[in-house]
Amino acid sequence: MTTPLRPDQTPPLTMDTFLQGIWRENPVLVMMLGMCPTMAVTNSLRNALAMGLATLFVLVGSNALVSMLRSLVPGTVRIATYIVIIASFTTVVDYAIQAISLTLYGALGAFIQLIVVNCIILGRAEAYASRRPLLHSVINAGGVGIGFTLGLVMLGGVRELLGSGTLLGFPVFGASFQPWVIMLLPPGGFFVLGAWLLLLNWLRGRQPGAAPTPVPVHNHGR
Amino acid sequence: MTDVTPLPPIISSRRMMATLGITALVSGVLVVAAFELTRTRIEANQRAALEQAIFRVLPGASARQSFIVTADQLQPLDGGADGVVIHAGYDRHGRLVGIAAEAAARGYQDIIRLLYAYTPDCECITAIHVLRNNDTPGIGDRIATDPAFLANFRALAARLNTERSALAHAIVTVRHGRKVEAWEIDAISGATISSRAVGKALNDSAQALVPVVQQQLTVLTRTPRGSP
Repeated sequence: MTTPLRPDQTPPLTMDTFLQGIWRENPVLVMMLGMCPTMAVTNSLRNALAMGLATLFVLVGSNALVSMLRSLVPGTVRIATYIVIIASFTTVVDYAIQAISLTLYGALGAFIQLIVVNCIILGRAEAYASRRPLLHSVINAGGVGIGFTLGLVMLGGVRELLGSGTLLGFPVFGASFQPWVIMLLPPGGFFVLGAWLLLLNWLRGRQPGAAPTPVPVHNHGR
Repeated sequence: MTDVTPLPPIISSRRMMATLGITALVSGVLVVAAFELTRTRIEANQRAALEQAIFRVLPGASARQSFIVTADQLQPLDGGADGVVIHAGYDRHGRLVGIAAEAAARGYQDIIRLLYAYTPDCECITAIHVLRNNDTPGIGDRIATDPAFLANFRALAARLNTERSALAHAIVTVRHGRKVEAWEIDAISGATISSRAVGKALNDSAQALVPVVQQQLTVLTRTPRGSP
């Protein structure tokens, strides 16, 4: 029989610390968080991958710093502190993308700067990193960041394939293919997300003893 | 009996200020370090992108020289004056091929920035290259790729009036299929707002620059000193 943890006790580090953000609590496919960048930048696989990796970097960096400073930050100024930390890592990633490729930077537009108000990152800082040791926070943030990237890539891959007939810019279907332009537009993002959710829920439902997936009730912020 | 919730401990202002100060200091160090580490690379990327765009709109050019357009003068870029920058392109014999200049106007979602080539000999715009466009993918972004739309800019008239003070005819975008005059741009069907933005950007820029460029042609036609 396992003893329940006291509120001040840290749960042990398990595989679930990492995996929960990838599958069970995937920000895009389960929690439906970060919908603005999800719909806006997943019109190509390259943009989706870049946005996912940029968010992963900000998540891991900011959660590490929040966790390190958690005993020093008074509760009354914690949100202001977290925002300053997240904004700093967002600025770092903004410069990094400009240094890597100006074309990519132009394609991602304002959504790189808007990582600062991504509710996934602030949510992780408030609900997890501010209460857990450094290693736990970094591993959990890494899992959530990979889960977010995976969600964007799943949308971006399908939308680019159907909307442009290419993958990472390489033609897949040949010259006779007539692209489905709607897949590159915002409605296409909703169609593809809906199709993925349908497929994943159907797969979950087929698992033995599976309970129906609860409808998320989160505030769908950026 | 009523439950009394204990009040949270009062945090001193000094501790709050110290926390925010330390956080701001750490953030400042992080941002400055990132800026310094990436600055050279970003500037090189910006120079390379501009260079590539200039030689794309001036395909016959093999060298360029940049000038600042002041009120009615052209000065070399390194002269320290403030104003609009234009780039003169020269062929391998040192002859002026054309002028490349930036233009911008509001599109459907954001400002559309483009580089265009103006050829003084024909007094016309001979090419455009879109530098920044966040308009709808698959619709508004066709201003950079649609062959029929780009054909508008093979010889788009930008002639001066008799006083040589402004364009004789403003550059305008007309509805798809309605282009009659040489200074009109045939819009893309379904992307009228983005097409109009291109027309407005070219007209605003050409109205200001072409009179100065034509007046200062002797400065521009001198053999370039090399690509800055």
